[in-house]
Amino acid sequence: MSETQATTVNETNYLNASSTLRSWLLTVDHKRIGILYLVTLTGFLLIGGIAAGLIRLELINASGRFFSHETYNKIFTAHGVVMIFFFLLPSIPAVFGNFLIPIMIGARDLAFPRLNLASWYIFVIGGVFGLSALVLGGVDTGWTFYTPYSSTYANSHVILTALGIFVAGFSSILTGINFIVTIHKMRAPGMTWFRLPLFVWAHYATSIVIVLGTPVIAITILLVACERLFHLGIFDPALGGDPVLFQHLFWFYSHPAVYIMVLPGMGVMSELIAAFSRKRIFGYTVVAMSSMAIAIIGFFVWGHHMFVSSQSIYAGLVFSFLSFLVAIPSAVKVFNWTATLYKGSISFKTPMVYALGFIGLFTVGGLTGLFLATAAVDVHVHDTYFVVAHFHYVMIGGAMMEFLGALHFWWPKMIGKMYPERVSRAGSILLFIAFNLTFFPQFILGYMGMPRRYHVYPPEFQLLHRMSSLGAGLLFISFAVVFGSLLWSLVKGKKAPANPWPAKGLEWETSSPPPTFNFDRIPEVTEEAYAYETLFGDEPGPTS
Amino acid sequence: MSEAHSNNLAHHFETMEQQKQASSLGMWLFLVQEVMFFGGLFLGYVVYRSMYHDAFIAGSHLLNVKLGAFNTVVLIGSSLTIAFSVRAGQLGRNRQILGWLAATLVLGAVFLGVKGVEYAHKYHEHLMPGPHFHYDAAQHSAGAHVDTEAVDPHKVELFVSFYFAMTGLHATHMIIGIGLIVWLMVKAARRRFSSDYYAPVEVFGLYWHFVDIVWIFLFPLLYLIGRH
Ligand SMILES: [Cu+2]
Repeated sequence: MSETQATTVNETNYLNASSTLRSWLLTVDHKRIGILYLVTLTGFLLIGGIAAGLIRLELINASGRFFSHETYNKIFTAHGVVMIFFFLLPSIPAVFGNFLIPIMIGARDLAFPRLNLASWYIFVIGGVFGLSALVLGGVDTGWTFYTPYSSTYANSHVILTALGIFVAGFSSILTGINFIVTIHKMRAPGMTWFRLPLFVWAHYATSIVIVLGTPVIAITILLVACERLFHLGIFDPALGGDPVLFQHLFWFYSHPAVYIMVLPGMGVMSELIAAFSRKRIFGYTVVAMSSMAIAIIGFFVWGHHMFVSSQSIYAGLVFSFLSFLVAIPSAVKVFNWTATLYKGSISFKTPMVYALGFIGLFTVGGLTGLFLATAAVDVHVHDTYFVVAHFHYVMIGGAMMEFLGALHFWWPKMIGKMYPERVSRAGSILLFIAFNLTFFPQFILGYMGMPRRYHVYPPEFQLLHRMSSLGAGLLFISFAVVFGSLLWSLVKGKKAPANPWPAKGLEWETSSPPPTFNFDRIPEVTEEAYAYETLFGDEPGPTS
Repeated sequence: MSEAHSNNLAHHFETMEQQKQASSLGMWLFLVQEVMFFGGLFLGYVVYRSMYHDAFIAGSHLLNVKLGAFNTVVLIGSSLTIAFSVRAGQLGRNRQILGWLAATLVLGAVFLGVKGVEYAHKYHEHLMPGPHFHYDAAQHSAGAHVDTEAVDPHKVELFVSFYFAMTGLHATHMIIGIGLIVWLMVKAARRRFSSDYYAPVEVFGLYWHFVDIVWIFLFPLLYLIGRH
């Protein structure tokens, strides 16, 4: 298969095949759709990031100097809604899943290319709803939309935001269906299930969570909107409706949603760790199956968000136990990546810095998750900054780090240009430091009793809040460095070879960027994933 | 790339069989998410029904069983006609596909018409949820086996909320289905289907059957149980 590398250099690729705006907006090429998502999501990341900046600005002072209570409520809601529903949930699957899954399994496209484009448009429509709610005055319910506040009392644009989330959710359902069908039906000859890259396994598990979970949030949020619009009373205590039912339905989706955000990142991890240790992933089968275990067990732990919501203590006990259980497959992955590093020939390229950062940050995020899954401890730290710090370690330390790791690792493939290694690596290290400065103090704040969603707080918390805000400022600078150097490389970057790292995987056997239909001939797969010994001629590494 | 494919084989598939299997699996997965989508509502219904048993029985007496039963027959009939159109697809007979689709369309429209009549009644009787809701036990729930006078009208309003949410969501699916039938009819009129390309008809058939099955659950849950 190596002849494709030589012959396709300087030929037309998916980027230069046509350059009109129309050809981009009507494209059914999964790679171009991935780029469309990348551009859209970067916009949302910026909006969510600005909201985060405003939050940290306000919290510099204990007295809540800049914003009114209402405005502050709207700012943290905007931050949560945009970051979760319009950035993190779609992020890795919509950009990298779209771009890479067909190439990794040796197919020319996803099973339903037009549906894929429709998904992007649906997402954009959802985004327009969400943003117009923001422009018209915002929402103040928090990203969790707890009833009866959201359904009865809130005086802000709940309906519009709810519709935006509903529509965007529909987009991710269609993407999930597309991925599952593609992985089942489009694999190249010889690409058996246990030769799939772990990135693909992770997306398979993610897609299952998307298809089973997202419709539940869709109906829930729709019912909240209907309650405001048509006076349906399903969560209205005045009619005998139960607001806690909303919490059950909400968390039935929103806990698995954490795995929608982090599982694809774990898939990226496996690719990065193997490529930059030049070794097979330790325990391939176990890592693949742990993704499936996380996807399944993840559906049975939602009650850990409701230890103090009038849930029976016996139910709380079961949910606590199950939450401990779901930590096991996550830990298995971390141990397997670490074991892969052992005796590998490690190179500290930028994507690898993100990957190693992930191991540390995700471990902190995951272990503090166990604190929170312990019912008694949770009563103490419930709704405090401890929770805020925990999920930022999981979501930024986990999902976001891997989004950036993936972006740098596959940037040469997607764009055909090399990013500037030294600047980007400096950016990634700065990001790691800034992240910890921002969020580690929040663990202490929360443990001391600082509640989340308050902008006026006792003065003794001010120092820790100021450390956190300083970290947020540094985070902004590091994001500027990271994205600035990527943008610079668009213009000035060196031309990327087909396989710059070098790494294993069918995507590295196509040219950079790949041709429109990925492969001239559908490849025949003859070896397992991560057979790095065939790339470097070493003796075979330890296998599963 | 050599393009020796049949017209109906998309460029990224190798064989018609692969393409057909993909569409079919895609629709099954879509139906899985539909089950979860309706599932949230059904869960709420079950929870509240067990909490407010008498009010829900009083509520089900507000509904017109005859119209509901008529609609059930209409919808089962439409399942039959859509099955015939899939069979016509297997045989590659475009005119028959067109005919059976038209029959399905008519039955679907009849269902929605009857549903509209039922909704209009509820509106005139002030049984829409909201500030104008007014429940009068003697007038509305005569013949119920529970003490309707003791029932809290608010809980009856909760039942009516479920009635509108569930049947409304179901009707929305019917309307989307009718839109898809029109699209398929245009394709059939242009003689686009053949015995090796009728996957759109077959896949749509799955969707339509699913919508029917939802009604098969809704009808007894809302209209029948608890009513002797
Ligand atoms: Cu959770």
